[in-house]
Amino acid sequence: MATLEIDRVRKSFGSVEVLKGVSISIADGDFLVLLGPSGCGKSTLLSMIAGLESVTSGEIRIANDVVNDLPPKDRDIAMVFQSYALYPTMTVRQNIEFGMKIRGVQPAERAKATLAAAEMLQMKHLLDRRPSQLSGGQRQRVAMGRAVVRDPKLFLFDEPLSNLDAKLRVDMRTEIKRLHQRLGTTIVYVTHDQIEAMTLATRVAVMKDGVVQQLDDPQVVYDRPANTYVAKFVGSPSMSLIPARLAVDGAGAVAVFDIPNEKPARISGIPIAKENATKFNGQNVLVGIRPELFTVSDGKPGRTISVHIDVVEPTGPDTLALFQIGGVEVTARVPPKTVEARKSATLTVDTTKIVLFDAVTEDRID
Amino acid sequence: MAANVRSRHRQHATGRALIYGGLLCLAAFYLMPLWVIITTSVKHLDEIYAGSFIGLPKEITFDAWRSAWSEACNGTACKGLKPYFINSLIMVVPAVILSTGIGAINGYVITKWRFPGSNFIFGILLFGCFLPFQAVILPMAQTLGFLGLAGTLAGLVLVHTVYGIAFTTLFFRNYFVGVPDELVKAAQIDGAGFMRIFVSIMLPTALPIIVVSCIWQFTQIWNDYLFGVSFTAGENAPITVALNNVVNVSMGRKEYNVDMAAAMIAGLPTLIVYIVAGRYFVRGLTAGAVKG
Amino acid sequence: MKRSIRFSDRLANWLPRLVLTPSLLVVLVAVYLFIAWTGWISLSSSNIVPRYDFVGLEQYVRLWSTPRWHTAVANLFIFSSLFLGLTTGLGLLMAILLDQRIRAEGALRAIFLYPMALSFIVTGTAWKWILNPALGVQKVVNDAGWTSFVFDWISQPRFAIYCVVIAAVWQSTGFAMAIFLAGLRGIDNSVIKAAQIEGAGLPLIYRTIIVPMLRPAFLSVIVLLSYVAIKSFDLILALTNTGPGSATEMPSTFMYAATFRRDQMGVGAASAMMMLMTVAAIIVPYLYSELKETRDGC
Repeated sequence: MATLEIDRVRKSFGSVEVLKGVSISIADGDFLVLLGPSGCGKSTLLSMIAGLESVTSGEIRIANDVVNDLPPKDRDIAMVFQSYALYPTMTVRQNIEFGMKIRGVQPAERAKATLAAAEMLQMKHLLDRRPSQLSGGQRQRVAMGRAVVRDPKLFLFDEPLSNLDAKLRVDMRTEIKRLHQRLGTTIVYVTHDQIEAMTLATRVAVMKDGVVQQLDDPQVVYDRPANTYVAKFVGSPSMSLIPARLAVDGAGAVAVFDIPNEKPARISGIPIAKENATKFNGQNVLVGIRPELFTVSDGKPGRTISVHIDVVEPTGPDTLALFQIGGVEVTARVPPKTVEARKSATLTVDTTKIVLFDAVTEDRID
Repeated sequence: MAANVRSRHRQHATGRALIYGGLLCLAAFYLMPLWVIITTSVKHLDEIYAGSFIGLPKEITFDAWRSAWSEACNGTACKGLKPYFINSLIMVVPAVILSTGIGAINGYVITKWRFPGSNFIFGILLFGCFLPFQAVILPMAQTLGFLGLAGTLAGLVLVHTVYGIAFTTLFFRNYFVGVPDELVKAAQIDGAGFMRIFVSIMLPTALPIIVVSCIWQFTQIWNDYLFGVSFTAGENAPITVALNNVVNVSMGRKEYNVDMAAAMIAGLPTLIVYIVAGRYFVRGLTAGAVKG
Repeated sequence: MKRSIRFSDRLANWLPRLVLTPSLLVVLVAVYLFIAWTGWISLSSSNIVPRYDFVGLEQYVRLWSTPRWHTAVANLFIFSSLFLGLTTGLGLLMAILLDQRIRAEGALRAIFLYPMALSFIVTGTAWKWILNPALGVQKVVNDAGWTSFVFDWISQPRFAIYCVVIAAVWQSTGFAMAIFLAGLRGIDNSVIKAAQIEGAGLPLIYRTIIVPMLRPAFLSVIVLLSYVAIKSFDLILALTNTGPGSATEMPSTFMYAATFRRDQMGVGAASAMMMLMTVAAIIVPYLYSELKETRDGC
């Protein structure tokens, strides 16, 4: 078990810089998720932590040791790959024991460790099969078993669930969470799936173009995204970002939405810090509203907005209603059968959870 | 409507008949030479001169085979093909093993331990697949002389190994490209080094391509004539050279049955390999084409 | 706390390069240096033994004023065009026929391909016997009643080269077939189904949709067979021994005879360089495009 510090790390392939000074620091036992679209540098960063890629500049420290120049085998890490990377010609048992064999662990001890890992992951009956005889989920289990027997300081997961079908993905996600709770080992986990990030992480680092956009607890990332990029990337359906003009009154900020040929709509009671209230008064901003902040109106004035519903998408537990405000499409999550398509509706907004973004820099306004 | 269906049906049947007819004619054309070689080789010479070319032998005799194996003359000696068959065996075994082994490790480095310029090196090696050997035969003869290997089987082993590397590297490179890089990364994290990964993980997965490479190299080297005739003489000649000499020796009445038996003896090893492992042979053939 | 890098780790970083180096050196010497060496000999006055002087293009002038070389080049042209055309056409036909969900496909494929396993020397020996006018095919047809049938190309200087074509086509068609068949099997079946639904018949589908989709296979077949044609050497020696007279002389046999039999090492080297340039003109663009595509692919 160990802390991990990534300190102003850069990585270039030739003239292309894929990591532009990344700093992340996590505590012992943390579950860090590196979240971002493909090509954002998250997998490269993981490879650098593993020692499979060299570090162009900056430092990586595992348990306060600088590991920049250590080969992977000396970093005391274990890694689970997207394609599982099981050795195809070896049985499950041989796969799990391969690393111990190289480190010179005695056969009796190897067998014991293998059995313990197999028991923990409920795959004792698979030990003598070959990878080609296993299902995707079973392969995933074996890959995790191979990592677990090392008892490393740090677990690395590289999109481990992307090759599984939807149902299995949810099961294995729980499995990984259980593993973390049980072992308490520090984990770094790469994914492009924001739900995996939300469910698994104790810390999430949202990355884009080789830069960390936000490093926070998952709930903070969800509730208070650092910029519009994070706001859009985390949460599904994603947060609506509506252009508006900001006015300030005694109770906080008021967002004024221009509606063509009509009186502008207003939503008041948005929290804003004092210094920003004066700074952004009368400025253009983006108003970030998550779908669940809308409720079908209880008639309280000032926090309601009248809309014309375009499309209704029932999902079962609730219904997504799509409509236009200020020229952009907005999604609301409302109870089933409470709104109808092509009809008007009055919706109330929980304004205390609205997030404002600077229209120019797209950063959050506190 | 029914008539229409029936005519469609008849059309279909005629089509099938044409397809099978065409294929059978082609098959007959391709089998004919083999048939002629085998039947001729077991006929008496008198029967052949009496004009039996395509027919079954009246009486089967293996005299021609015995003669081709141990008596036929090739211009210098009359010891049959046996010593040259053995020469070819002595030459082909080490050359196949060496070139396949070197190709395997080259393919492994080029795909799994890429470094700046490794793709360029692959390109440089690749041209060797398509080298017209006439362009190197003179310097090679000089070099073999300089190394004291002129006219020896060891020299031939060296030449075949050197010019085989290009193809074997191509085989293994194309195979290992399909093996996920993550396998190597996982093994690195498990603590395995360069050689350990090669021996414990890559080679066991590469079994099919090892067979392909061995078969390809065996066929190429066994069937080679140019290097054999250029770099060896007399006693050390491989079987292809000896066969051509036997066939072209003209003393008295031409013994066609012995020629055919000799051709069969020279062709048999590769033919057997083809029959036993045809699938791998075809993979080798097509590996040089269709997407490298 | 910075751990020091061990020597063994640093060695491990260089090991891949070290392993590749011997192969690279050997190929650089045995292919590229040797080509340069041959090139130098072709510019020298070498005859019986190599002489490392410089006489400019004298040997090339001598080469191109040798009638035998003109025969060889003309023969190569005739041989290559017929060989390529027939092998490609026949190979494509076989592949298409075999692709019709045929019974005993495996056996037929094996029959079409087995000649590829044989040495050209064996092929040449067999066909020399088959084409023998006194005892071979001609006699069979004569004996069958068609007494005026004449098939003595192998002893006719004007026609002997076509015998070489027949034997070479027999040997190599299976290769073309294998590549075309692989190409056909790679074509998505739904394309054919879509065309059938639109009412197209099979011949039309093949002509307008499938054959054009085999473009890469055509490229491979033609390039690789050109290489086979240019370097073909053993087949000619075994089948006609460049005869009758020098009627079936080819660049490869010319090179060999000039170098090892007629003590014209310089001329031989010049002819080898001509062959190399022809092959390179075909192969280098091909390899370049293949390599480039794979690079784009990843």
